[in-house]
Amino acid sequence: MSAPVIELRGVSKRFGKSFDIAARLTHRLSGALGRPYKDQTVHAVDTVDLTIRKGEVVGLVGESGCGKSTLGRMVAGIMPPSDGSVLWQGTDIATLSPEAARAVKLKVQMIFQDPYASLNPRLRVAEIVGEAPRVHGMIPRGTFDAYVDAQLHRAGLDPAYKRRYPHQFSGGQRQRIGIARALAVQPEFLVCDEAVAALDVSIQAQILNLFMDLRAELDLTYLFISHDLGVVEHLSDRVVIMYLGRIVEEARAEEIFAHANHPYTQALLSEVPRIEARKKHFVGVKGEIPSPIDRPTGCHFHPRCPHAMPRCAIEAPALREIAPGHRSACHLNT
Amino acid sequence: MSDMTLEVRNLRTHFFTRAGVVRAVEDVSFSVQRGRVLGLVGESGSGKTVTGFSIIRLVDPPGRIAGGSILFHGRDLAKLSEREMRGLRGNRIAMIFQDPMMTLNPVLRIDTQMIETVRAHAKVSHAEARARSRDALGMVGIPSPDERLESYPHQFSGGMRQRVAIAIALLHRPDLIIADEPTTALDVTIQAQILAEVQKLAANVGTALIWITHDLSVVAGLADEIAVMYAGRIVEAGDVATVLDRPSHPYTHGLIGSVPSRNKRGTRLRQIPGMTPSLLDLPEGCAFRARCAYADAACEKDPPTTEPARGHALRCFHPLLEPVA
Repeated sequence: MSAPVIELRGVSKRFGKSFDIAARLTHRLSGALGRPYKDQTVHAVDTVDLTIRKGEVVGLVGESGCGKSTLGRMVAGIMPPSDGSVLWQGTDIATLSPEAARAVKLKVQMIFQDPYASLNPRLRVAEIVGEAPRVHGMIPRGTFDAYVDAQLHRAGLDPAYKRRYPHQFSGGQRQRIGIARALAVQPEFLVCDEAVAALDVSIQAQILNLFMDLRAELDLTYLFISHDLGVVEHLSDRVVIMYLGRIVEEARAEEIFAHANHPYTQALLSEVPRIEARKKHFVGVKGEIPSPIDRPTGCHFHPRCPHAMPRCAIEAPALREIAPGHRSACHLNT
Repeated sequence: MSDMTLEVRNLRTHFFTRAGVVRAVEDVSFSVQRGRVLGLVGESGSGKTVTGFSIIRLVDPPGRIAGGSILFHGRDLAKLSEREMRGLRGNRIAMIFQDPMMTLNPVLRIDTQMIETVRAHAKVSHAEARARSRDALGMVGIPSPDERLESYPHQFSGGMRQRVAIAIALLHRPDLIIADEPTTALDVTIQAQILAEVQKLAANVGTALIWITHDLSVVAGLADEIAVMYAGRIVEAGDVATVLDRPSHPYTHGLIGSVPSRNKRGTRLRQIPGMTPSLLDLPEGCAFRARCAYADAACEKDPPTTEPARGHALRCFHPLLEPVA
């Protein structure tokens, strides 16, 4: 097994309001009047442990509000964790010197869902792609044009278009610009946050193929965040399922699609529309996804779970290994 | 009443823009029977939404219906006055949008909006209208509908809002519902809930449904028939098994082939080269020929719609006849 590139140890992320004096006073007053202040903190990610090894493609799946994007941002170093630590090749990035931290940040790049919102509409493509490597001194003097051409070409774009602006491209081409920009700083690790969700099926296939080609060509490691299980199944070596800030299950892709253990994973897999299905009888998991502000006690899934027991409402199940490389957080396993 | 709810014949909807005429919908024909679900599938810009908007007559200038007929129980909707159309819209024909906030007014309570809709088409008392609204909310699976009637749209989650929008569409038990990507913005488990409700309704109420989507997997499980659109035309249509299991048009074939679950895990996906052409300057003849592996000189002419088998329509000179593995 290859060495871990990224390790998350007990990582949490909370978003809360910061209160001014007036707000604090109001809370204290209402507390004195017997109406204690209700905590409004969003627990986006809650003590997550995750290891991603060199060359792996890890698929991160979950529904809205489960914290998958926040997790991706912490991995990419865009956002610091509230608790816990993120390790790059064994070193905690919080302990690195500013120069070393900057070097690590360049090694992890991110590709976003909305290819238009993530490109500066007032810059030409050559600037978008070439700016970061130039600032970081990666381009030898006088080779800027050749460097940018090579990046565009690798992402499947005609370098002749480099004088154009983002709005002159289609959605699929814009996503290729985003990919060219990410690869321009020679990263080793890509975080793709719903990178193909906004694209049409035929374009989505082209971009997924590009990701697979680049993986082979540049020996990249991916964290592939998606709600689309079909895409994740196709691309990933390992799949991680999140629900409301916690990892509920993690296993090799074949294993999770063949033997899903957690009731949430099972429900998710059975509800995915499949092109092979004919006049399928849709059932639907009962209930709604709870809010990360007001989370259920114990196991977060228990209000919707068909197997919930009294214990599930009290005690949060730990993520434990149920088979080699297969972890699941459910009381049914104990 | 005949079983044929809607019959669209040679519909053409064009947008007369300054840059030229955009033929968003060109010579489109299909029909939907009572209690049946038609999946109208296509990628962005294929004209699927404009087709839906044309049926309910919501196409805004510079667009207009340039030809063809839309027979709703034998009445041509394309020829109705705006006043007559208003009598049908929300009454016999309803629409569900991708974004439920297009249906809901953010500053009015749900009961106000629903009662208004009921009384727009039925002479009933306020109390009766409220009772009907409550029943409709119950029907789409909203818990404690009496209390929820008093809420504002922002107090609902995305999935619940879409349910309210569906409940409003159902108030008059319409004969036809046009649903434009109604579950695209929703999570998988919530989408399954909505699909379950819709399936029940089509079966119990006998409503005909047009489900507009880009997602082949959703219509595979939901629809009876599928019509695939490309660059403003229906290139292939037929029952779900025919179109999805034995696609004859190279575009349908390519589209199905590019769905990840149709490919071996970890292998390169089969992809359609190139991209959708701009509707402003479509090539002469078959619009797909620039991306098609089978295209030849014959394709420079417009392929006519043929019927290789009963209920299977096709627009191609070189259909794939062998079954696809």
